[in-house]
Amino acid sequence: MNDERGTMNGRGCKMKAKMSCRKDPLFIIQHSSFIIALGCGLLIAFSLARSEENLPPTKDNPPQVKESQAEKKDSPPEKKDGPPEKKDATPPPQSPAPVEEVPGDVIAVAPPPFSPGIFPCSGCHEDLELSPIPHKMTKRHKDIVLNHGPADRWCLDCHTLNNIDKLHLASGKLIDFTESYKLCGQCHGPTLRDWKAGEHGKRTGLWSGKKEYLLCANCHNPHSPKFQPIKPLPPPVRPKDLR
Amino acid sequence: MEEPGRREWLKGLSLAAAGLLLPGCEGKFNETDLQAFFQKNFRELSKEELRKVLERLEKEYSEQYGQPVSVKATPPKEGVSFAYALDLSRCIGCRRCVYACVKENNQSRTPQIHWITVLEMDKEKGVDIEESNIYYDPDTVPRPGKFYMPVACHHCDKAPCVKVCPVRATWQEQDGIVVIDYDWCIGCRCCMSACPYGARHFNWGQPHVPAEEFNPETDYLGNRPRPKGVVEKCCFCLQRVRQGKYPMCVEVCPVGARKFGNLLDPKSEVRYILENKRVFIFKEELKTLPRFYYYFGI
Repeated sequence: MNDERGTMNGRGCKMKAKMSCRKDPLFIIQHSSFIIALGCGLLIAFSLARSEENLPPTKDNPPQVKESQAEKKDSPPEKKDGPPEKKDATPPPQSPAPVEEVPGDVIAVAPPPFSPGIFPCSGCHEDLELSPIPHKMTKRHKDIVLNHGPADRWCLDCHTLNNIDKLHLASGKLIDFTESYKLCGQCHGPTLRDWKAGEHGKRTGLWSGKKEYLLCANCHNPHSPKFQPIKPLPPPVRPKDLR
Repeated sequence: MEEPGRREWLKGLSLAAAGLLLPGCEGKFNETDLQAFFQKNFRELSKEELRKVLERLEKEYSEQYGQPVSVKATPPKEGVSFAYALDLSRCIGCRRCVYACVKENNQSRTPQIHWITVLEMDKEKGVDIEESNIYYDPDTVPRPGKFYMPVACHHCDKAPCVKVCPVRATWQEQDGIVVIDYDWCIGCRCCMSACPYGARHFNWGQPHVPAEEFNPETDYLGNRPRPKGVVEKCCFCLQRVRQGKYPMCVEVCPVGARKFGNLLDPKSEVRYILENKRVFIFKEELKTLPRFYYYFGI
């Protein structure tokens, strides 16, 4: 950019010098011809722009730009990818359950993040007898590390002995896995309150309409809820290395 | 005395005038270049003129990126005033938002432009820009004893950048978004020195976006490709939020630290946060009245 400016200035100076050294009456004539020429050039340019403006709108470009946009506003948004880390754990949403307690419109909640093929639990548990006594897992579910609250917590605090496809509240009320936030909210009351208001957790979808909520378990592993540290994406390039 | 060739003189001058009128069109003289040259400020365009400008840009970008590109100019909605809230207690500094923003808003890859800058600071020292580090690169984040503060455009109601712009190429829209007319910007960078948040970035070189990573859903005031020599910054994902969607950084944040909504809607998340949480306004003493609030969720 600077180079261009430099050359332009140079050209201007030369022209000026050339013109100022001419003292004959012809100079005025030439000067006026310069103005006329410039005026003509501008006139041509404007008339071209005008003629372009007067053209009728083409078929594939109707003039109502804004209206077509207004229509598009109502169309449902495409579902964007969730957090990159959770991609494998979260199955594609099948039947988002409505939440009655959440203020505003009916809000879709993402389905619980089951490992593929694990639900319904009764698929395996039908023939298995569950022990009501706390014990260490030796055959199945060995990957589950329970690191949530007091040390004496165990499976049947949340899972149900006689109905393994359901969770239960402290009151004994059975709830579906899709309503697990009620179970979490028993201890984490303020967090549940903030979650319902949209402050805790992530909202996706439309700020102006249907918001998609994630269940607590979509982000926090219910067995070990603390967030694991992750690798950050690369830092910005330092100004001295900018190319 | 020999009379100088009047005809040659006129010819030369008209050629020179044409050359001056059309800088940078590499000898190709056509109506499109002329239209681009005489294009008015975005806010002075009539409906018909705007339609033509968008049409021209769509054609230009479609050719450049080898795919159909849509350039819209969605107007702000009535009764909407955007605000943004970011939870400092949750942000882990993973920079997912930075790169999602780059992709969504077609920011230049080389030379690199990031609209979001994430500052790493000591918990002990609190918010202290002098001690902050933006080049942190540990194996995992968050690092113990540190907290992270992403900074982008704060969309101030009394924006110093808007005030200093000598050509009025940047202004605040009805819904609170501070926008730039990239075709009107002269690249003087006054706004960059005026912005207390370092949110504005200059295209020092020809911006380069790989065609396969190009986002074809663009808006005139939002994420359309920028020319060399203009300033750009966060636009609250104007092309998304005016369609009712959340900004891309909100969608991608893995910890849900980013909140966005309409201040005039009492049920919106931002209203709940402003009413119930401990809110912190960055450089509040400058009285720029930002629409970007930091808060402490826990």
